[in-house]
Amino acid sequence: MSMLNFEKKYRVRGGTLIGGDLFDFWVGPFYVGFFGVTTAFFAGLGTVLILYGASQGGTWNPWQINIAPPDLSYGLGFAPLMEGGLWQIVTICAIGSFVSWALREVEICRKLGIGLHVPIAFAFAIGAYITLVVVRPLLLGAWGHGFPYGILSHLDWVSNVGYQYLHFHYNPAHMIAVSFFFTTALALALHGALILSSVNPKEGETVRTAEHENSFFRDSIGYSIGTLGIHRLGLFLALAAVFFSAVCIVISGPLWTRGWPEWWNWWLSLPFWS
Amino acid sequence: MKALVPIFLVVAILFAVQIIVSFDRWPVDSVQQGFRGTGMVEISNPRIEADLVKANQPPDSYGPTEPGGPKASEIYQNVEVLGDLSEDEFTALMISITAWVAPEQGCAYCHNVENMASEEVYAKKVARRMLQMTKTINSQWKDHVADTGVNCYTCHRGNPVPQYAWFQETGPAQSVGGFNAKRQGQNVATERAVYTSLPYTALDELLVADGNIRVQSAGALPIVGETGVGLQATEHTYSLMMHMSDSLGQNCTFCHNTRALGSWEQSNPVRTKAWYGIRMARDINNTFVMPLQPLLPEAHLGAQGDIGKVSCMTCHQGVNKPLYGAPMLTDHPTLGVASN
Repeated sequence: MSMLNFEKKYRVRGGTLIGGDLFDFWVGPFYVGFFGVTTAFFAGLGTVLILYGASQGGTWNPWQINIAPPDLSYGLGFAPLMEGGLWQIVTICAIGSFVSWALREVEICRKLGIGLHVPIAFAFAIGAYITLVVVRPLLLGAWGHGFPYGILSHLDWVSNVGYQYLHFHYNPAHMIAVSFFFTTALALALHGALILSSVNPKEGETVRTAEHENSFFRDSIGYSIGTLGIHRLGLFLALAAVFFSAVCIVISGPLWTRGWPEWWNWWLSLPFWS
Repeated sequence: MKALVPIFLVVAILFAVQIIVSFDRWPVDSVQQGFRGTGMVEISNPRIEADLVKANQPPDSYGPTEPGGPKASEIYQNVEVLGDLSEDEFTALMISITAWVAPEQGCAYCHNVENMASEEVYAKKVARRMLQMTKTINSQWKDHVADTGVNCYTCHRGNPVPQYAWFQETGPAQSVGGFNAKRQGQNVATERAVYTSLPYTALDELLVADGNIRVQSAGALPIVGETGVGLQATEHTYSLMMHMSDSLGQNCTFCHNTRALGSWEQSNPVRTKAWYGIRMARDINNTFVMPLQPLLPEAHLGAQGDIGKVSCMTCHQGVNKPLYGAPMLTDHPTLGVASN
């Protein structure tokens, strides 16, 4: 792989969490590290197992390949390989590779002496996945509550689990999560548009400054969050969206078993108007 | 401004406490009702389930009765429906009906006790029609009630008017004018629509009227030359389905694989029971219940002057098999025989 000749001097030794100098090298542009090796191991094994499951599943149609979790009757124990055991091993591989990737990010951050914002942000995504396939199944008492690995099958699972609570849009944490997702898109669109508008002046004119960007929002809505602030806001919005997504599924079942519309009866029965 | 901080804190704490106590307590039970990984699972709260079990116990049995001997029609006058019973069977059924329907009011709720054959009490005529209805349900609607059957207690549970008979919902008084004045029978939290914004008139449209429940289109795009199903009709269907879920204490995946709600091939077999149940409810309402409306005193009618009708909740009362499937025809097998 081609490499710009100045890239090498940015490559800093050290900062590893484990393995010392053993894996402290690059392959092409990619830093390896101990966790690069474990990422490759888990991701590779998981992919091979999914392909093996597909080969036993009767279809190579990529939409329909399905690696399903065990029956609820297996509870929190191991299931036979072709009856959900494969799903259990793939889940271990997935968590192993996701966590390895996050720790590899940590090592890169340590090399560069920068904050751990990126791996922490990624940890929220991992946390949401673990909530779905580990935490909620643990709380409900069976691995079978995890979602199946397949393009259409996981969507079918989402649909049915939503209908388990009659109307999932009434789930309060789902409402908050959806609002954060939309707000994330809004903030990113406004930020991207603002920066592009500032650096794309008319032909022959100079690029505008951060003060122009601030002034735009002061003029239009009376306040500008600022050049650093918009990134803090963006990170908060995105992480809050992921966090409340995890909340909305982990409360469905363990903390509420009826239809979500009915949950709101606490509001209807407040003494002010009931 | 600073003075407001403690007030704000108190409100915030009260709100947080309210939200926390609004949830149910872990742990919960779950039952798989589809292929693994489809998410077709019923999750229930054992504390709520225990209350349901308590509230849905079958009535006391008075033991079997003797057939044979002279018929009730030969001993008593004016016995139209139960004339073929022996005296013992007839008396036992009368005692049971009293316990099932009017335990506090006793025989006099239907009879002039001076002359039991008299038709002067309206409730006697209603009761006769209800006996015919019960016999029809047990003999003509076996696709829904199977051999378990129903008797008066299935709906009445010791009340002259079943607790879960339903009347036309009028909705709340309109406090707004203009564009918002017409609610179209929806967008307000009612038990009927299980607290969704869906219309609360679904039972009128689909369990009394022969409305169209099949609202799911068979294709991704509108079919040229065919009129699609309107939003209102679709919402009526969803409202009815909410009502069914609520009545049976089951979620949508009890019957459906929601990836294709309308597909029978992908549904659980128990969905066929529900299909017959919908037709049975329409038959009960139109053939037996609603024609009785002129007989009833005003006190037993709804705000719109309509008679209390049946829905899934009237029998099921939160359980997928009423009274947890206790057989209802053991003591009085005559209730399972078609009315002549």
